[in-house]
Amino acid sequence: MIQVVIPSGLRKLTGGVTELQLAVKDVRGAVAALDARFPGFAAALGSRFAVAIDGEILHDAWHEPLPAGSELHFLPALSGGA
Amino acid sequence: MGEKKKFRWVGTRPIRHDGVDKVTGRASFGADLAFADMLWGRVLRSPHAHARIRRIDVSKALALPGVKAVATGADLPELESKDASLGEGATNFRDLSRNVLARDTVLYHGHAVAAVAATTPELAEQALAAIEVEYEPLPLVLSIEAATAPGAPVLHADLVTRGADANIPNVASRIVFSRGDAEAAFAKSDVVVERTYRTQTVHQGYIEPHAVVARTNADGQSVVWCCTQGPFMVRAYCAAVLGLELSQLKVIPSEIGGGFGGKTTVYVEPLAVLLSRKSGRPVKMVMSREEVFRATGPAGAAKLHVKFGATRDGKLTAGAARMWYEAGAFPGSPVQAGAMTVFAPYALESFSIEGFDVVVNKPKTAAYRAPGAPQAAFAVESLLDELALALGVDPIELRLANAAREGTQAPYGPRFKKIGMIETLEAARAHPHYQAKLGPNQGRGVAVGFWFNGGMSSSAEIHLTEEGTAVVASGNPDIGGSRTSLAILAAEELGIDVAKVRPVVGDTESVGYTDMTGGSRVTFATGMAVVEAARDIVRQLRERAAKLWECDPAQVAFADGRCVPAEGSGLSKEPLTVADIARKMGATGGPISGQAQLNARGAGPGFATHLCDVEVDPETGRVDVIRYTAVQDAGRAIHPGYVEGQMQGGAAQGVGWALHEEYVFDERGVLENPGFLDYRMPVASDLPMIDTVVVEVPNPNHPYGVRGVGETPIVPPLAAVANAVARATGVRMDALPISPPRLLAALESRVA
Repeated sequence: MIQVVIPSGLRKLTGGVTELQLAVKDVRGAVAALDARFPGFAAALGSRFAVAIDGEILHDAWHEPLPAGSELHFLPALSGGA
Repeated sequence: MGEKKKFRWVGTRPIRHDGVDKVTGRASFGADLAFADMLWGRVLRSPHAHARIRRIDVSKALALPGVKAVATGADLPELESKDASLGEGATNFRDLSRNVLARDTVLYHGHAVAAVAATTPELAEQALAAIEVEYEPLPLVLSIEAATAPGAPVLHADLVTRGADANIPNVASRIVFSRGDAEAAFAKSDVVVERTYRTQTVHQGYIEPHAVVARTNADGQSVVWCCTQGPFMVRAYCAAVLGLELSQLKVIPSEIGGGFGGKTTVYVEPLAVLLSRKSGRPVKMVMSREEVFRATGPAGAAKLHVKFGATRDGKLTAGAARMWYEAGAFPGSPVQAGAMTVFAPYALESFSIEGFDVVVNKPKTAAYRAPGAPQAAFAVESLLDELALALGVDPIELRLANAAREGTQAPYGPRFKKIGMIETLEAARAHPHYQAKLGPNQGRGVAVGFWFNGGMSSSAEIHLTEEGTAVVASGNPDIGGSRTSLAILAAEELGIDVAKVRPVVGDTESVGYTDMTGGSRVTFATGMAVVEAARDIVRQLRERAAKLWECDPAQVAFADGRCVPAEGSGLSKEPLTVADIARKMGATGGPISGQAQLNARGAGPGFATHLCDVEVDPETGRVDVIRYTAVQDAGRAIHPGYVEGQMQGGAAQGVGWALHEEYVFDERGVLENPGFLDYRMPVASDLPMIDTVVVEVPNPNHPYGVRGVGETPIVPPLAAVANAVARATGVRMDALPISPPRLLAALESRVA
């Protein structure tokens, strides 16, 4: 199981649920599971997002594995400027 | 990583490999390339800030002798309005295309309407004058208030406010972050402070304007030479805008005369390709300074309302921020990043953050060093200074009492791993600057800054020469000394003299895919790829030594640039240097090259604390920065000189943002100061020597502990300067820039 934290902006879709546990193996699976439970979640998340897995931010993380016990956050994708 | 390890090259300051060419004028920048049969491209720009294009007639321009091609929006394919992930991150290519060349509507003064290519620059200018455009002027919006007012003229009829219950005029998205019950916490607080802050539109001010040459080969492939922060981005963006395959484009980056985020998109590059494909000849386009100001992406103006609650002894109880960021003519301000950074340096149990992405009739904004964070930090760090004064506590102590540390949950979700926020505050407090006496009309400001720092995709290759030196190839244009930092990492791993490592910036067909130079990611992510590529070479060196010694590679160790018998191997052999093995590459299996590709995770967040002393002339309102110290956590400084350079450059740009810089528009949306005479950036004589303190709290996720350093230093200066002015004068300036007329008016209203 992994722990998923729902972004503030998507909590209307989850009926106020802020965190939940999922039995998934990767980020793709997490998005699919959330979309199945909260229809419209994937569309609302869009294609432009990053994730933080156990505190480490990662872009293009669709296939990133989620080890058991890990914590997943969804973040807006960022681009830097320096 | 905790103990300081001895390194041979990491932490040293070798002269940059590209330095001699740059100081002797031999380095080739964007505008330096020319071909014998080359045409000159020019862009026709809108004289209106908002207008419908009724008709464009290019026939007279095309009929002029020497005019070889003309392009309008009709030459570009219509694209679907959606975020497409191609190249760097995700971009709405429909908006990008419509910024490159307007279709039915122009959205800002200077918006590109048509482009021409002619045999001389003068003929190209004549051709522009011969193009007939009939406009129907439309009402415009030039401020956040005007754009979001009920019934405001809208820039995009199909714009829907994402994330909001109801549409707000010209607001592309509403974003929220929250935790706990901020309102309840405010109600229980001993002290509550709040204020509204404003920052103006400012430009990155890179010295080199955008420049490109495009040549289309007989096989239909277009080759693009340009100054950019990302050759793979230029390839992807040009392909999308022009409807080409990536294989039909090759992008060769030149040296770059500054970018700061402003060269992370395209303007004239697709036009040069289009005109080259139409004319069959090479086309060169170089933007003028005026065009750079009118039609490239600055950092947008912002309005922020921030509120803090605190206990009497200085513990923050809650925070609230509402933030409106101008995006320019198309959606995409950095308000998300602003919202994510606004409270990031502090441990807050309760907060609410709401951000709005607002389109206005101004140029589409682009990235500028830590996009979105300087505006947010200006508000938060100014308000904290006000709180410190209200509570009668030292501003560094107030920040230390509330500082984020390892395990603190960032406002945007995840918990911080090892970070250096506290260490930078403590180093600033211990610096002689903080205790130095101040004179009359002088004040000292303190502010901190945060930036995430990026990872993303990088490739690196290292090729061993037959003499045992090395070539390090990567795909990141070098805007801050990254070439030498990558060479240092390779030299450290391979035990080769760093001067004998040649770092090269490859083109889109000679190196593997690499995301842009941006996000303070290159020394971290591409550096990580270089380290992995070097370790790939070390593995091969051990195999070759094993062949020569007729043993198993496990019996060979590598240390200090030499293959030696591994401990306990039982071998008795003289060490083999990299050069010894390189000379026998052919006989032992062929060339030796190492490579690595990765999507880097684990970028270490950056924190900085800045101290600024100012002296205010009460008669004129002029502010002089008389002392400045920048303290920053670099994780580990691979080349300390370039880390310090980033810190000084960020501080200088931030001082400009605080004191001098602003776009001045007239009521028609025409920029009135599109040049460096009227757009006042700080020059050397405006600034004292900026002192630097590099703090090293190694990033546990990088083999050498690297954190990005390029963006964090522009985050604190806005508030550091404003806080110094407040303490010198007793007047809190909540709108930037703190220019002499503005400050004088504030001083006089106080007297009145």
